[in-house]
Amino acid sequence: MSASLTIDGAAAPKLTGGEAVSTSSVHDAVAKSDVLSSETKLAAAARESDIAQRTRRRRELLKSFVQTAFPGLIGVLLFLLLWQGISILSPQLPGPAKVWDSAVKLFADPFYSKSPNDQGIGWNVLSSLKRVGIGFGLAALVGIPLGFMLGRFVFLNRMAEPIISLLRPVSPLAWLPIGLMVFKAANPAAIWVIFICSIWPMIINTAVGVQRIPQDYLNVARVLNLSEWKIFTKILFPAVLPYMLTGVRLSIGVAWLVIVAAEMLTGGVGIGFWLWDEWNNLNMEHIIIAIFVIGIVGLLLESALIWIAKRFQFD
Amino acid sequence: MNHNFHLVVDNVDKRFDTKQGEFIAIRDINLRVSRGEFVALIGHSGCGKSTLLNLIAGLTTPSDGVLICAGREISGPGPDRGVVFQNHSLLPWLTCFQNVFLAVERVFGGKESKSQLNARTEAALNMVGLSHAMHKHPNEVSGGMKQRVGIARALSIEPAALLLDEPFGALDALTRAHLQDELLRIVAETKSTVVMVTHDVDEAVLLSDRIVMMTNGPSATIGEILDVKLARPRERIALADDPEYHHYRKAVVEFLYAKQKRAA
Repeated sequence: MSASLTIDGAAAPKLTGGEAVSTSSVHDAVAKSDVLSSETKLAAAARESDIAQRTRRRRELLKSFVQTAFPGLIGVLLFLLLWQGISILSPQLPGPAKVWDSAVKLFADPFYSKSPNDQGIGWNVLSSLKRVGIGFGLAALVGIPLGFMLGRFVFLNRMAEPIISLLRPVSPLAWLPIGLMVFKAANPAAIWVIFICSIWPMIINTAVGVQRIPQDYLNVARVLNLSEWKIFTKILFPAVLPYMLTGVRLSIGVAWLVIVAAEMLTGGVGIGFWLWDEWNNLNMEHIIIAIFVIGIVGLLLESALIWIAKRFQFD
Repeated sequence: MNHNFHLVVDNVDKRFDTKQGEFIAIRDINLRVSRGEFVALIGHSGCGKSTLLNLIAGLTTPSDGVLICAGREISGPGPDRGVVFQNHSLLPWLTCFQNVFLAVERVFGGKESKSQLNARTEAALNMVGLSHAMHKHPNEVSGGMKQRVGIARALSIEPAALLLDEPFGALDALTRAHLQDELLRIVAETKSTVVMVTHDVDEAVLLSDRIVMMTNGPSATIGEILDVKLARPRERIALADDPEYHHYRKAVVEFLYAKQKRAA
């Protein structure tokens, strides 16, 4: 029992003190009654150690909280203070309290729909997400198989390399006029922009993943003479999956960055358009809320994909 | 004429094209292995012993010469030869069971029912003493256990020859000794024909019927072949002060360190 208590170096001094108390209380009990059986003594000791263990666990929780969450909290507080300070110096910028009040009102009814151009923030976020989903989904549908092919066949890779290197650094919004011209509508043009900017990380990461499959795994396939289908399902796909998911994560980050900008230009319903609309209304509170909403949604998308990626990490 | 032998390596050369021109890895390799025989390939690093094993496995093709396994020319890798790699080469996303099952399914899949395949897989894992851990993933078991799964996978397909490429090289000395004893038992049980690459003199003497000693590369070839006539079953402890054992050991050490001395 004592061995298990003293394992944790940091908690040891306090705990030995606690144990001293526990043994002395057992001694008291013995003095009161000589006929106390050894079993009751053991039970008492066990109870004491149980309490000691619980306090230790609580202390560890507190310690990990202080080490991880606390600095973050300080950071947020400092940020709010700075924001408050700037808003005092520059009165056009609303302070945290004003924005909070406005946000409470705004989120009281996020799903109203008065007219095509006047809808709740919930609808705006959802329609942005829908565009990202469609554009990104199409990009995955095209990009991932393409990445597999480029990774597997050197000739194709060399063929595609100059085009990819040339088109990848192009700013996503530069693609918008082409989308508008081809589709003659704002919504598919925005989806097109998402598609074209989120396809590159998926192609490249998938291709790199295929190229980096350890030779050992391929040797297993060769030695066993596995069929192409088995090689794909049992070796290629699982081996490439982590790379692919990295590509997906980068893509969705880019897609969410770009949708806001694209919607500012195309209009309609969407968080980017809403932000621009509030700028035209000179509603600074809503602009700041939009920034936070964009940030939080982006964070959630990223975390979700990191969570998925972790489930497929093997080493 | 070669049909008496299970595994035949006939006048095999292996050359690689490099930027500096042709590199002769091994040359004039002649080797005949009988059914149920245990042969160790030993030599300094770079002597081409792994090259030879890869040729037998069919992972590479000879520049010259012929290799025959169970009466058929070796033209590529195939499940008639079970290979155990040095670094276990288990697929990390499959459990130990699934790793072995992949091989079993490939070889017996068309002919046997699912339950028979499962039974084969379990039997193979049972033979290497891993019944308790078969549903764990490779990263959840120790290095020695991973190598056991590798051996189980190679043996599960009932290969005509078992090829081991420094199978215990990455393990600590105690685990290695333990697995060598296990391998002795398994080979005696299954009467497998084995070719093993090693650089461990004791391992070679303890396990083999013949030790093939290779000269230093480049253009390495077989230097000497030592018949190890120690009686089986062999006991590590009993052999520790067996003069015959030390005689064989000394012969290998002499070849490696006197005749094929290496400027390290």
